[in-house]
Amino acid sequence: MKPPPFSYHDPRTTADVVGLLTSLDNAKLLAGGQSLMPMLNMRYVLPDHVIDLNRVDGLSYIREQNGALEIGAMTRQRDIEFSDLVRERCPLMHEAIEQVGHRQTRNRGTLGGSLCHLDPSAELVSCAAALDATVSVTGRNGARSIDFAAFPVAYMTPAVELDELLTGVTFPCWPAGHGYAFVEFSRRHGDFAIVSAAVLIEEDSNGKVTRASVTLGGMGPAPVRASEVEKALIGETIAEKRLREICEVLRKVDAVDDIHAPASYRQQLATVLPRRALLKAHERIAAGARS
Amino acid sequence: MSETRKIALTVNGTRYEETVPVRVTLADFIRHQLGLTGTHLGCEHGVCGACTILLDGRSARSCLMLAVQADGHEILTVEGIAPSADKLHPLQEAFRDNHGLQCGFCTPGILTTLIEFLRDNPDPTEQEVRIAISGNLCRCTGYQNIVIAALDAAKRLRTDDGRRTAENR
Repeated sequence: MKPPPFSYHDPRTTADVVGLLTSLDNAKLLAGGQSLMPMLNMRYVLPDHVIDLNRVDGLSYIREQNGALEIGAMTRQRDIEFSDLVRERCPLMHEAIEQVGHRQTRNRGTLGGSLCHLDPSAELVSCAAALDATVSVTGRNGARSIDFAAFPVAYMTPAVELDELLTGVTFPCWPAGHGYAFVEFSRRHGDFAIVSAAVLIEEDSNGKVTRASVTLGGMGPAPVRASEVEKALIGETIAEKRLREICEVLRKVDAVDDIHAPASYRQQLATVLPRRALLKAHERIAAGARS
Repeated sequence: MSETRKIALTVNGTRYEETVPVRVTLADFIRHQLGLTGTHLGCEHGVCGACTILLDGRSARSCLMLAVQADGHEILTVEGIAPSADKLHPLQEAFRDNHGLQCGFCTPGILTTLIEFLRDNPDPTEQEVRIAISGNLCRCTGYQNIVIAALDAAKRLRTDDGRRTAENR
């Protein structure tokens, strides 16, 4: 047997999950299992209790509310991939999710699992940062919301307390006709990205940028919002030469060195991928205006 | 020493009621407890795709699930693909005819993956096939004949005859 011994719990309600989290020591929540199961198989984690969320009611949904998409924590990545609502209202997430792992892992993997695992290069984590998402958690003291900017507290560590579980995420939608692109560089399709860029822009009728969101994934422990670039883009017309100048500042973003790439390589990608994404986003606005 | 649970599930149309240690993966349960060794284990941490099975019709890596999680569900393994003991599924025939396998270790995972893929996308492009099997590692073929076999299988399954054979199982 690969995983270490543990007690298994499969509660049916979030209240029961909170009860178990409150009463048990060294418990781990099992969502889609696409990260926790490998870690159990390799015995990187040794929990005394595994609390399986797969039979908990009411954590899987995709709905639109007040101009935002609300997605349940246990919604499978596959359901997000094939959701017409996501494709229409949040096309950035649709483009991102096609780059998350493979069909076999998206069939099981969940939104909440991905956010709580908080892999530095995870596509859904970058989407949450790019869209200024709000994360809903429930614990012993009731429910609370966390702005995504405050969600990552350290490497692979979310701001979720030991007695809390993530229940859902709210992604504010951008207006129809906005430009978007999720571009990543990885060794093979479906691999972890070395660096990724998530971009959203709005342009006025003269083609000048009025609003921009630029996010880099894979550089450090959490996605980085390139606020300097976002500001510099306002009032600009998207053109390759000018983007080269604007994005050059991203070479200074802190980056990790690891076996996949040295920091300088990531910083090079940080200047290139947002530029490509911005051009793609701009082309999409133009194509939308033509049709 | 190890906590156990009783589970009931259907595998390849057969109903099983079994007692399993809660920490056993679905892959080990299928191989060791049910004796269905067609499901192969390569990496055991969700990278190679050899252990892919269909859970309620959706492909999943059986090394990344606990057997207890399959309680109440329906599973299809490579043993359940062929319509009968002496007849191959059109997908299997296409793999045989196009040399879509060499050592055959990765083949069960590729077949189960393609069963789901060709059901959802009966007329795929070569690029779509390559993306569909991107989660399955093959160290022999260079993928070329796998892709050819998958496209040939799609063609066979689009004919009435092929569809009938596939549905017969």
